[in-house]
Amino acid sequence: MARSRIHIGIWLAGVAVAAPCPASAQALQPYAVVGDAIPEPLTNTRGDATRGRALVVERSSTCILCHNGPFPEQKFQGDLAPDLSGSGSRWSEGQLRLRLVDASRLNPATIMPSYYRLDGLNRVGTPWRGRPILSAEQIEDIVAYLVTLRE
Amino acid sequence: MRFSGAIAAALLAAGVVGAAEIPQAERRSGYDFMKPDTKAMQDEDTANPGMLWVLDGEALWKRKAGGADKACADCHDDARTSMKGVAARYPAFDKTTGRPLDLEQRINSCRTNQQQATPLPFESRELLALTAFIARQSQGAPIETGADPQLAPFIAKGRELYMQRQGQLNLACANCHDDNWDKKLAGAAITQAHPTGYPLYRLEWQSLGSLQRRLRACISGIRAQAYDHGAPELVELELYLMSRARRMVMEAPGVRP
Ligand code: HEC
Ligand code: HEC
Repeated sequence: MARSRIHIGIWLAGVAVAAPCPASAQALQPYAVVGDAIPEPLTNTRGDATRGRALVVERSSTCILCHNGPFPEQKFQGDLAPDLSGSGSRWSEGQLRLRLVDASRLNPATIMPSYYRLDGLNRVGTPWRGRPILSAEQIEDIVAYLVTLRE
Repeated sequence: MRFSGAIAAALLAAGVVGAAEIPQAERRSGYDFMKPDTKAMQDEDTANPGMLWVLDGEALWKRKAGGADKACADCHDDARTSMKGVAARYPAFDKTTGRPLDLEQRINSCRTNQQQATPLPFESRELLALTAFIARQSQGAPIETGADPQLAPFIAKGRELYMQRQGQLNLACANCHDDNWDKKLAGAAITQAHPTGYPLYRLEWQSLGSLQRRLRACISGIRAQAYDHGAPELVELELYLMSRARRMVMEAPGVRP
């Protein structure tokens, strides 16, 4: 019965670990939506693009479950969503920020989760309750990375 | 037209997705999405690890247990005839409780009431073995779950849960399994979620597992609160999925990546 192990990995490997999330139960930073963008950063310090890239490819951030992009080292990427390549040429920093914070404001039927939202959710599991998927700092890091994706 | 648009909008606001059901002719088992070597592993009894549980189950079928000192075979004789097609009708309506029971719960109700033995824990080797042995007697049979009209309100509840967005990721089962089954989630084929092969052997689990185990994994995958094993909501989901797969062919014990 020996055979090749086809290991695809658990699709949401972050689950069992329930890592101590930096975005612990706390109020969200207030932000202002202007048109289809959040022009002002959520934090006082600018995001860091290197950390942002690391976050995007990390499974527990969930991005590459659905998206693919310029991540040749990542074997398993999703194809439920647009390729992230060129995001920074299609969208401004503020537009990218709103798409991460709450994509459902732009498309109520979207499957893309709202990464910085607490209300309107149903039956959230205990380890994740009362905190957004990503912290304000993580959102800024990812935005800083996405704007560098020019092609 | 405008009227149905308004309904769709109202449902959206309530977090209910209005997915189109997959037409009968397009229904595909998870088996169809697998690589040839994994298919071969399911197809050949000598290669299918699930058959080890089936063999264990056959032994347990004949073993006397409990205060009544009776084996399953003492009441049901040869499973090859008495259990043929049974798993293809589960979950089924139970008159005593007035609710649907899944196959594991039915086995445990026989253990408690007929054998006077303690119920077997969910996902225990024994319960998986007996379930696999019984399910195997329906291999090749078309799924008929849901024909009993008393099940209708429970199927409706299961469907509601399937369509409901939930968890921190705010996704409904239907978002993946009705709307995106031809796509990949981080490299894994999403499939149409037809429970044709359960209990089944997953290479990732390195074990046989029940349909409830699979459902709990998808539920915590979207970071929602997983229901306990045996919870009415899980049985209703199983029931909806089985009735949604009606006329598809039973393939337990299946193999999945
Ligand atoms: C469950 C699926 C899913 C996940 C997870 C997801 N997205 Fe998306 N994303 C989508 C879909 C679908 C779209 C297309 C637009 C829409 O439906 O709103 C999209 C659109 C986008 C866009 C705009 C793309 C373009 O060029 O039009 C960006 C940028 C983006 N996502 C970034 C991210 C990042 C970064 C993460 C993780 C922090 C992420 N997404 C997680 C599904 C997802
Ligand atoms: C974000 C996408 C997603 C969501 C939402 C989701 N699933 Fe799944 N489901 C998957 C993937 C991917 C698989 C394939 C197994 C794997 O790789 O983990 C799967 C497998 C399954 C299977 C096994 C099919 C087989 O052939 O064995 C069933 C049944 C199932 N899901 C039911 C559900 C139900 C019920 C829900 C809602 C409570 C749900 N899923 C929510 C992605 C999802």
